[in-house]
Amino acid sequence: MARKPAFDEMGADPVRSPYAAVRAWLDETPPDYLHTRHAQAELFFRRIGITFAVYGDSQADERLIPFDIIPRILSRTEWTKLEAGLIQRVTALNAFLSDIYGPREILKAGLIPPELVLRNPQFCLAAIERRPPHGIYTHIAGIDIVRTGADEFHVLEDNARTPSGVSYMLENREVMMRLLPELFDRHRVAPVETYADMLLGTLRSVAPPHCEGEPTVVVLTPGFHNSAYYEHSFLADKLGVDLVEGSDLFVRDDVLYMRTTEGPRRVDVVYRRVDDAFLDPLVFRPDSLLGAPGMMSAYKMGNLAIANAIGTGIADDKAIYSYMPEIVRFYTGEEPILRNVPTWRCREPESLAYVLDHLDELVVKEVDGSGGYGMLVGPHASSAERAAYAERLRADPARFIAQPTLALSTCPTLVDAGIAPRHVDLRPFVLTGRDGVQIVPGGLTRVALADGSLVVNSSQGGGTKDTWVLDD
Amino acid sequence: MLSRTAGDLFWTGRYVERADFTSRLIDATLRLAALSSTYGGDVGAWSGALAAAGVAQGYAERHKELSEAAALQYLSLDTENASSMRCCIERARNNARAVRTALTVEVWEAINTAWLDIQRFGLTLENRPALTRLVENVKASALAFDGATHRTMLRDKSYWFLRLGAALERADNTARLLDVKYHLLLPRDEPVGGSLDYFQWTTILRTVSALTAYRHVYRDSLKPWLVADLLILNRRMPRSLAACMNDAVRYLDLLAQDSGRRGPAHRAAVALSGRLMRGDMDAIFRAGLHEYITAFLAENNALAAMVMEQYQF
Repeated sequence: MARKPAFDEMGADPVRSPYAAVRAWLDETPPDYLHTRHAQAELFFRRIGITFAVYGDSQADERLIPFDIIPRILSRTEWTKLEAGLIQRVTALNAFLSDIYGPREILKAGLIPPELVLRNPQFCLAAIERRPPHGIYTHIAGIDIVRTGADEFHVLEDNARTPSGVSYMLENREVMMRLLPELFDRHRVAPVETYADMLLGTLRSVAPPHCEGEPTVVVLTPGFHNSAYYEHSFLADKLGVDLVEGSDLFVRDDVLYMRTTEGPRRVDVVYRRVDDAFLDPLVFRPDSLLGAPGMMSAYKMGNLAIANAIGTGIADDKAIYSYMPEIVRFYTGEEPILRNVPTWRCREPESLAYVLDHLDELVVKEVDGSGGYGMLVGPHASSAERAAYAERLRADPARFIAQPTLALSTCPTLVDAGIAPRHVDLRPFVLTGRDGVQIVPGGLTRVALADGSLVVNSSQGGGTKDTWVLDD
Repeated sequence: MLSRTAGDLFWTGRYVERADFTSRLIDATLRLAALSSTYGGDVGAWSGALAAAGVAQGYAERHKELSEAAALQYLSLDTENASSMRCCIERARNNARAVRTALTVEVWEAINTAWLDIQRFGLTLENRPALTRLVENVKASALAFDGATHRTMLRDKSYWFLRLGAALERADNTARLLDVKYHLLLPRDEPVGGSLDYFQWTTILRTVSALTAYRHVYRDSLKPWLVADLLILNRRMPRSLAACMNDAVRYLDLLAQDSGRRGPAHRAAVALSGRLMRGDMDAIFRAGLHEYITAFLAENNALAAMVMEQYQF
């Protein structure tokens, strides 16, 4: 099947205007210089230990995410539109979560099949009727955006649980400014380093209403074996708050405390980077030591805010994702600014038939999968792989969705042979606090480093780039 | 501060200090062992070093015989010896990694770089030149770490717990080193105060970089009781037991001021430091150096346990 060529974000002839200065810089800069800077950047990341762990790969328990020194650029005009779309989408997501754990108007209106929500494994019974402080569920959302044309942005995924990667957004900028100051002289790049202040403000703003004085905020990590541990410690550091593990916490009289050298200290807001199931062994998995027994009762009694709130996982579900246009219209009364990628829900028989017939053109994903695991990229799979996947599809169709293989846009990227186009996506980080929704201009650009590859996940060998929003 | 954070900082300080001590011990023992053939007889330099590092028993459980090569391997890169330089750096780095938020970027980079560096040596000691590089490397790493803490950290709880761990570890190391003299039994026909004896005491001073200091302080030829005086009672000598305890008291004072509370660890440190300040070398030798040091090691250990108890880590 012939596919249209991918949109080149830099453009060849003419070069698109946001890239003009970078194009000129690439033309005048010897390749050796770029490779040297690239090597320095990797050394920098290694030295500060910006690493992630790959599960099931004991050899490389700490790996660097490859970093590309050619920035990905968005114009202010493009960003402004994206920003409006993201605010609209996350506002709708929060309203949706608040609704399904409350009155369930959207189900009563018949817009989403009730069983898709109520029987969803991510639908959290413990979240029903436990309204989080100020009614906010997903305080930190990472919305994955792909681009297929000059004005064509699509949302690929909504990460509403504990999206990661923001440390890379910040560190990428840091290393770029250190290594390539000449590029920043030529551009007016919108700053991203306000993120930490914004996040702290967001977390403080959602403290329980009867918290007195300055709320105590902590970041909860599963510990340094977790793949995103670097990010957890980075965030706690930037926020100036304690990075706690389950063993540091305890609950007494429905109040959460941490153990300190001066005795117990009350905790008001937990930015948790631990999944729901591990937060409280009294309510969820009894074998978990990653949270604290009694945390849910502190939450229920209004003595604790948890960010993101429990139960947000359902918004990560890819079957729910397919209803996002309806969700946006229902809660905002507006047309969605950001489009979804067309999605076939395999739970619907006609869709399943279509998907099975067109496996060689489609990407098929598990509705609750993430990190690029367990998916089939049809055009790149062998016929045996497709046949095996078709078996899984037929066995449990409701677990899968399918999407066309999009021609993701490409950005110039430094590879061994020189500069070449590589496919990218974008994850902006959207913050929701008591006073509204905020986004720093930028996000994490992930790049598929292998020629022609569309898989940008770091766990699958993807890299990252600095993302610039330029004032036109 | 989280109790766990305090504990991790305390142990980070201890492990870096221990790695540094082991590197110095190896360096000095190599000199001593090299001399021994010239002076005849087995001085047991390596058994002394293993004892000073507190790993003699662990070594004996793994190896039937004492050989220089095996002792070097055990002290340097062995993963079976929790106190080998490699393990100390790894543990220090893991502890530091768990409390990165309490450290400055420079301190973290210093310990992370130390870990990246030592990994390049692999798990088995290749040859003598590699050992020399390794020893130099670990010493430099400890200096870089101490320098980074000194130059970049806020003087608050994080710094005090880190330094408190280092002070108690250092006192422990110095005491063990002195005690080695007890383990280094002189050959029967070698006179006390003879040349072998002289080299043994020199080695001890070299281990703690105190040979020059000795000359400055005493302006005298090497005398065992003066060496002991320098390493036990002299507060100008930063590795002496008195100086270490003085530091420990200071850090505990600062921690107490910060929290407004004194605890049992604080009182124990003050008592121990006070006794060292009033100590008298003649009395120590009369009672027996070995007995004195054994008692100190026990007290220092108990003090560390009290610190952990008081701050709940």
